[in-house]
Amino acid sequence: MHIAVCVKQVPDSTEIKIDMETGTLIRAGVPSILNPYDHFALQKAIELKKAHNCKLTVISMGPPQAKAVVQMGLALGADDGVLLSDRAFAGSDTWATSYIISKAIRKIGKIDIILCGMQAIDGDTAQVGPGIAQHLAMPQVTFCEDIKIDGKKIIVRKLIDGGYEIIEAQSPALFTMIMEKDFEPRYPAFLDIHNSLDKPYHQWSMDDIGAEEQYIGLKGSPTQVDRIYPPPAREKAEMISGGVNEAVEKIVDIFEKENFLKI
Amino acid sequence: MITVSNKCIGCGKCVPVCPFAAVQMIDKKAVMNEACTFCGACVQVCPVDAITIEREDPIHKDFSAHKGVWVFIELEDAHTKGKPAKLIRKVGRELLSEGRKLADTLGEELCAVVLTDKNPGYEKEIGAYGADKVYLVENSELVEYNTDVFSTVIVALINRHKPSVCLYPATIMGRDLAPRVATAIYVGLTADCTALSIKDGLLLQSRPAFGGNIMADILSPNSRPQMATVRPNVMKLSEPIDKVAVVINEDIKINKNIKRVKVIERKIVHDKASAKIENSDVIVSGGRGMKDINKFKVLEELASSLNGMVGASRAAVDLGFKEKTRQVGQSGTTVSPKLYVACGISGAVQHIVGMKSSDIIIAINKDPNAPIFNVAKYGIVGDVHNIVPKLVKAVQKRIKK
Repeated sequence: MHIAVCVKQVPDSTEIKIDMETGTLIRAGVPSILNPYDHFALQKAIELKKAHNCKLTVISMGPPQAKAVVQMGLALGADDGVLLSDRAFAGSDTWATSYIISKAIRKIGKIDIILCGMQAIDGDTAQVGPGIAQHLAMPQVTFCEDIKIDGKKIIVRKLIDGGYEIIEAQSPALFTMIMEKDFEPRYPAFLDIHNSLDKPYHQWSMDDIGAEEQYIGLKGSPTQVDRIYPPPAREKAEMISGGVNEAVEKIVDIFEKENFLKI
Repeated sequence: MITVSNKCIGCGKCVPVCPFAAVQMIDKKAVMNEACTFCGACVQVCPVDAITIEREDPIHKDFSAHKGVWVFIELEDAHTKGKPAKLIRKVGRELLSEGRKLADTLGEELCAVVLTDKNPGYEKEIGAYGADKVYLVENSELVEYNTDVFSTVIVALINRHKPSVCLYPATIMGRDLAPRVATAIYVGLTADCTALSIKDGLLLQSRPAFGGNIMADILSPNSRPQMATVRPNVMKLSEPIDKVAVVINEDIKINKNIKRVKVIERKIVHDKASAKIENSDVIVSGGRGMKDINKFKVLEELASSLNGMVGASRAAVDLGFKEKTRQVGQSGTTVSPKLYVACGISGAVQHIVGMKSSDIIIAINKDPNAPIFNVAKYGIVGDVHNIVPKLVKAVQKRIKK
């Protein structure tokens, strides 16, 4: 089997702060990381590769510095890596991005399983995975916590409201992964990084994957960002003053007045 | 195209404001890389107007045949004995309430789309929240959600009736279905919207990004329908009215063979511990300030005195104080209870976006400058470990009276 895992380099959004004066993001010193959901998908893909002797390709799209996340995939155990990078890709929304990645997967050839993180922590859309599946006319199962290969079947555990489903699929198929509760991200050791430098790595442009210009970048994207702005400021709270006992009584008064003290 | 003219003085002001790290200074001039989304944040801060974004002229396609605001209605199992028909999820009523306003602004009809094996009379509830019509597809193959079947049916309905706007709930189902449909028919789709309005006849879709640190307004000017998924518990419900939506029975052939994945087991837990936090009228939430898992437990007492449930910030979940299903915020659940009591939560943006539409927010925190006080209606500066136990006692005493 041949598995492809799609990963994205993102700014660590937990480190981003807002400059309250100007309402802009303070990015200085915010590290770029492998999107955590993709990190989980990558580790699941490596487990499958080890258990079933699969071939594993790691794919990313982004500016040249996004090579770092492809190399991390290689160092953790992927066999080869592809970075899709071209100035013509700039401004691609989820439709255009999933088109570009699907063209790259077609170029690679027969892929049995595609794994993606459920969403990236910068955009939080969860749309690129299903988009790739639709472009490739593949079935999909989204929001999976676990994946196993059983002969010709692929068995996944999908999160649903209030529980889970066990779903059976046949290859080829695409799965998006949500992190398990006890997920512990692994990072490559120095020696792994050193050894991965000889693994096949390609950077592909629009022409390399045969993407049509009309479907990529700003021009090919049906959605457009009209405006970006800080979340609206709100009025300050009414502060309850006085000693602790007094404050507590005042809160209970509010509970009573608003009818929360029903038995 | 985004271009930087020779006017650029290399001041670097545009570098830190870019949400996507797409601006670099090369030879004292700003250069935008592939990560650029043309959002215009750099244009706004440039002191010498050196940066310009040229958008392609809008393609003057004729969209006059596209009319109607559609809401995809998600059904859920009724958790009662026997085999009752499925129920309309609350988010469906929220989307109809919001869709009504959009349809009125556009001067178009509001239509619900229901895919089911059996219609027990959904048109009454759907009409009560403002819809004019229900496009109903009734077929035994639609008894459970399946990506292939549902997306094929929705694409067929859209092609047949040509709506101008299509709204889906940003639920596990809606977020699986909508991108499949959008990709198939090559239209814009905006994820997880928290506000919608009409701007120059177009659907203006507002959504948080970067864990809620910034807001983005998105338009899809050149394709129809304009599609969005909308976060549950954000849009306010309208008052139900005395109206029944007109049922339009849609005949669509469904080929069984298009189902390519098979559900072999479904496990739903119905005990109290697994009740959904978004359905609770009262939520008592704790954050990092609760210090440890044992001290966190006092919140259970307060919640149970108020007939509510306990929530947690991402920090508290990461520290193991509470399970992930109770996490409130951008990466957890969005809630809008009648009462939200935030204990020892400083109020990171990712938390605030998940609870700010609660009716009454009371915050207890030792830091008077904690951002949680910017969204709270009432605030108390003090030690949660001193205040909350006293509050539990005072509440119980008052109830006994």
